[in-house]
Amino acid sequence: MSTADTAPEKERSAPDTMSSGGRRAGDSVFSVLSIGSGLLIFVTLAAVAIFLTTESIPAITASREFSGTAEFSLVEYTLPLVFGTVLASAIALLIAIPVSVGIALFISHFAPRRMASGLGYMIDLLAAVPSVVYGLWGGVWLVPKLEPLYVFLNTYFGWIPLFAGEPTAPMRNLASASVVLAVMVLPIITAVSREVFLQTPRLQEEAALALGATRWETIRTVVLPFGRGGVVAASMLGLGRALGETMAVLMILAPGATFSLHILEVGRHNSIAANIASKSAEASGVDMSLLIFTGLVLFVLTFVINAIARWIVARSGPKS
Amino acid sequence: MNVRQNKLVSLAALGLVGGLALSACGGSDAGESGGSDAGGAASGGYAELTGNLAGSGASSAQNAQTAWSESFMGLTQAEGGDLTVTYDPTGSGTGREQFLSGQVQFAGTDAALDEEELASSAEVCNDSQAFDLPIYISPIAVVFNIEGVDSLNLTPEVIAGIFAGDITNWNDPAIAESNPDADLPDLDIVPVHRSDDSGTTENFTEYLSENAPDAWTHGPVETWPIDGGQSGDGTSGMISTVEGGNGTIGYADASQAGNLGTAAIQVGEEFVEYSADAAAKAVDVSPREEGREENDIVVELDRTTTEEGVYPIVLVSYLALCGSYADSAQGEAVKAYASYIVSSEGQQAAAEAAGSAPISDELSSEAQTAIDAITVG
Repeated sequence: MSTADTAPEKERSAPDTMSSGGRRAGDSVFSVLSIGSGLLIFVTLAAVAIFLTTESIPAITASREFSGTAEFSLVEYTLPLVFGTVLASAIALLIAIPVSVGIALFISHFAPRRMASGLGYMIDLLAAVPSVVYGLWGGVWLVPKLEPLYVFLNTYFGWIPLFAGEPTAPMRNLASASVVLAVMVLPIITAVSREVFLQTPRLQEEAALALGATRWETIRTVVLPFGRGGVVAASMLGLGRALGETMAVLMILAPGATFSLHILEVGRHNSIAANIASKSAEASGVDMSLLIFTGLVLFVLTFVINAIARWIVARSGPKS
Repeated sequence: MNVRQNKLVSLAALGLVGGLALSACGGSDAGESGGSDAGGAASGGYAELTGNLAGSGASSAQNAQTAWSESFMGLTQAEGGDLTVTYDPTGSGTGREQFLSGQVQFAGTDAALDEEELASSAEVCNDSQAFDLPIYISPIAVVFNIEGVDSLNLTPEVIAGIFAGDITNWNDPAIAESNPDADLPDLDIVPVHRSDDSGTTENFTEYLSENAPDAWTHGPVETWPIDGGQSGDGTSGMISTVEGGNGTIGYADASQAGNLGTAAIQVGEEFVEYSADAAAKAVDVSPREEGREENDIVVELDRTTTEEGVYPIVLVSYLALCGSYADSAQGEAVKAYASYIVSSEGQQAAAEAAGSAPISDELSSEAQTAIDAITVG
C-alpha cells in the first residue's frame, strides 16, 4: 500500500534532484513499472473484494434475515463456521507461540553458530512443505498417535470444558486439526521472531550481563521486551495462515456446525475455508453464493485481524 | 499403476496395428479407414474427427470420464484423427447449466434433465430436444470395520436404525437376528457419513427412505441431515475414517472399499453381496421413467425390488446430449464419443478405471440406437 503512496512523490521530486542532466529513460521506465506494480496490488485486492461482494448478494437477499421467509439463515450458517475457524486458529497459536519463541531464542542466543544456521534453514524448509502434505501426514499418521493422549485428557481432565465430551476414534476432531495447524504456523512465527531477537542491541545485552544477570535474566529483561512487538506481529502472520488453511483442515476434521467447546469430540466444528472446499464441487446457484458469502466473511475477518496486529505493533513499537 | 500400464500397452498395441494396417493398404487409400479398428469399437472412421469436445458435470463419473476421454483420444489418434475431449467435474447442476447454455457439448449428471430443462434445450440443440443416457452404474457398498467380524448381513431397517442413531451397539438383538453365526462384540457403533454434498449420500438415503421409512425419517438427501458424528470428505475421506476406527460403518463406492468388510443387504428373503452384475441388474429390473421421449432413457430405480440377485444400492449417472448438433464436425465427434462410452469396450474401460458396473448389452444397444438418431449439420 505504501509503495503506491510514495511512488508519485518520488517522481515529482525527481526533476529537482536531477535538474542538471534531465531525466533518463531508465528512470521513467522504472517509475512506471514500480507505480504499476503498486497499483496492481490494489486492483487485485479490489477485484477480489468486488467479486466476493457481488457474488454473495444473491445469498444475502435470499436469506431469512432479508426476505423473512427463506429456509436458510446467513447467521445460523456462518457463525458456527466463524467460531470453528477462530477456535482452531486460537488453539493452534496457543500451542505454536511458546514453542516458536523457544526455538527462536535457541537459534538466536543459545545454539552454536553453525548449528543455528542449519536449524534456521530447517525451519524455513518446514514452511515450504505444502499444506496437503501436512493434511496427509496429520490424517494418516498423527491422528492415531494422538488418540491415547486424548483419551487421557478426557478421562482425567474431563472437568475442563475443552476436554469434556465423548471422543470416538478416529480422532478427526478440532484438537487434531489445531495441532497440525500449529505445526504449519510454527516456521512463520519462528522465522520472524528469530530475526527480531537478533536485532536486540548488543550493548544492552552486554550491559545486562555486566550487571551480573544470568543468560535467562538477560533474555527476560532485554531480549523479550525488545522483541515483543515482533513476536506479536509474527503470531498474527501465523494466525492469518491458520485462519485460511484449507486442505489440512479438510483432510483431518470430521465437520459439524455447533458452538461446542469440546475440542475432542468429533463432528462438532468446521472452518470456513475447509467448508468452501468441500461443498463447492457440487454447489450451484444460491448454495454457491452462500459459500462465497462465507468467503467474504473470512476475507473481512483476516483484514480485521491484520489491522489489530498492526495496531498492537504500532503501540508497542516506541517502547523498545 | 497397473491400470495405467495396461492402458499404455493397449495404446501402443493400437498404434502398432494402425501402422501395420496403413502400410498394408499401400497406395490405395480407398474407404478402408474403418478397417484398421482393432478394438472393434461401435463405429470406426475416427480418422475424420477433429477439434475439441468439451463436457462438464458430475464428479461421481469423473474417473470413468477420464478413462473414456483418454482411451477415445488414443483411438482417434491411432487412426490419424485429431480430437481433444475434456471433462470438467463441476458438479451435476453446473454441468447441466453449462450444457443448456451451450458452453459444453455434453454433460454428465447424477439426475436426468427435468421437464423444464428439456423444454429449454431446443435453443442450444439446433431445435431438437436434449436427452439422457445412463452410462455409469456404480454400486454403493456398506463398509464396516469391526475387529473379528468379516461378514455381516444387514436388513434395510437395521442399516437405517444404525445411521439414524437408534441402534448404537453391535450386539443389538436386531443385528444378531440376521447374523446367527457371527460373534458380534459389545462395541459402540460409529456411523460415518460423507461431509461433502454427494450423489452417493443421496442414493444411499433414497434407498433407506424407500425401504425403511419408519427408521429413516429424513428422506432422500444430498447433504447429511444429522448433526455431528464421524464423517469424511469425499470417498477417500470416508474410507480412511472407517479404517481409522473400530466399530465404524459407512457407505462408499464399492470399488474403493479396499480391505474393509462389505455388508450383504437384504433383498426379498436373501442377503445379497454387491457385485457388478447385481448392480447392473438393479437398473435392468427398474422401470423407465414415464412421460419421456423414446430416446430419453431414464430409469426410475426400483430400490424396493425383491428380485433375486439384485443389489439395489446403486448410483446411476447420465450423459446428456443434444438431439441435433448444428456444427457437423462437433456432432460427429459427439456421436463417436457417446458410442464409445456405451460400447462394451468403453464400459469395460470404466469398470477398470472406476470400478463401475458395465451396463447390460440390451441397454447398451438401446443407447446406441438413440445415439445413431442424432442428426448432424
